[in-house]
Amino acid sequence: MATAQQGILDLLSPYPPGWGGVLLAGAVSTVAISACAFAIGLLLGTGGALGKLSGNRLLRLLLDLYTTLIRAVPELILIVGLYYAGTDGLNRLLAVLGMPPVNVNGFIAAVAVLGFVQGAYMTEVLRGAILAIPIGQIEAAKAFGMRPMLRFRRVLLPALLPNALPGLANLWMSVTKDSALVAVVGYQELALATRLAGASTKHYFVFFLASALLYLAITLVSNVVVKLIEARVRRGQPRLA
Amino acid sequence: MSLTWISSYWPLLLTGAWQTVCLLVISVVFGFVLAIGLAFAQVSGGTLTRVLARSYCTFFRGTPLLIQLWLLYYGVGSLLPMIPGIRQSLFWPVLREGFFFAAVSFTLNYAAYEAEVLRGALLAVPKGELEAGRAFGLSPWMLTRRIWLPRAIRIALPTIAGEIVMQLKATPLAFTVTVMDLYAVANKVRQDTLLVYEPLLVVTLFYLALTAVIARVFRGFEAQVPVRR
Repeated sequence: MATAQQGILDLLSPYPPGWGGVLLAGAVSTVAISACAFAIGLLLGTGGALGKLSGNRLLRLLLDLYTTLIRAVPELILIVGLYYAGTDGLNRLLAVLGMPPVNVNGFIAAVAVLGFVQGAYMTEVLRGAILAIPIGQIEAAKAFGMRPMLRFRRVLLPALLPNALPGLANLWMSVTKDSALVAVVGYQELALATRLAGASTKHYFVFFLASALLYLAITLVSNVVVKLIEARVRRGQPRLA
Repeated sequence: MSLTWISSYWPLLLTGAWQTVCLLVISVVFGFVLAIGLAFAQVSGGTLTRVLARSYCTFFRGTPLLIQLWLLYYGVGSLLPMIPGIRQSLFWPVLREGFFFAAVSFTLNYAAYEAEVLRGALLAVPKGELEAGRAFGLSPWMLTRRIWLPRAIRIALPTIAGEIVMQLKATPLAFTVTVMDLYAVANKVRQDTLLVYEPLLVVTLFYLALTAVIARVFRGFEAQVPVRR
């Protein structure tokens, strides 16, 4: 029994021949992919929410199409479809411009696809958060003669953050888990690293349990960070109950 | 846009759709039963059951479904043959299949999310209704069966519909463990015919249609009890 324990711990050691280092590197790239995708999603979502609320008919129609489609189609299909459509489209564009085709970097492809998906969900979260701001606050800012940018920075953003934070936190959790799906298109993050480690040692159970715990650690740490941010954006608000 | 492949692949598409629907129904039905237990364990259990149920939900909600699926299929699946006699038992033909592992992991995962929804709904049932039940002399079991749980499910209905749609969107993952579900069929068509997008589009339409059906069914459930607004 003691030797078996030793053997399993050796497998997870961070130095070769242990696979711990590979798993940790996978976890780091999972967090990196998620963070970059989340940032892109935030940009797209902010633009999308403001666009939907801008009152421009055509723009709203296009954005409705974007959010409805992305939210209705299974993530795996989106990731596979967008991955091929994206790389294919890019290479066709390059061919038109008379440039040689490129091999799209897996990291960039993963971030672009996940960010595009996140953007649709963020649009809805942020739109709801903006609509929940008492209209008087925005009217007051207008009455003070604030320009749109200043109004966004000083009034809209601080007022929408407490409303949007729970939704954004959920989206962060779902992107860290969705990032496991890019393993299917072959980019090495935690899920794929785990599968490789399992395949070459035949100790699937140990490795998948270890990587599940790594994902869990990411989630639990994120929970703590979200609590801190929430305390920060809700400062000065009366606490309910 | 070419759709001629459908004429030769439709039997395969049908079996794929059937597998997808089976996975969805199995995981939702069994997951819901498990979720009821988990939700009650959290709102009215002792300290130990409460902690156990909590940890279950935290684990299954905090890790990707893909990892849970692979943990079961590759991990537990590689340990199973070590149990003496299991290869001769009548369960082996089922235990060998990817479908079994997909169904189990989807069920466990769905239960964790649904338990959280039900926990909130159980706590949201107006206290007065439970007190009225007690005043009528209902036993705790009757109170739970006749008032507490049905009211909670009613409260949770819109969220449950959303969770089922999320579960439907998770089913394509089963293709990674050799289940011939609809998505796997689409992949096969893509490999055979070298069409990149068409199979994915057709399959997507099926998912959209199924989502619409789920939404409609739940609207029917919700309309059963008239609500004054």
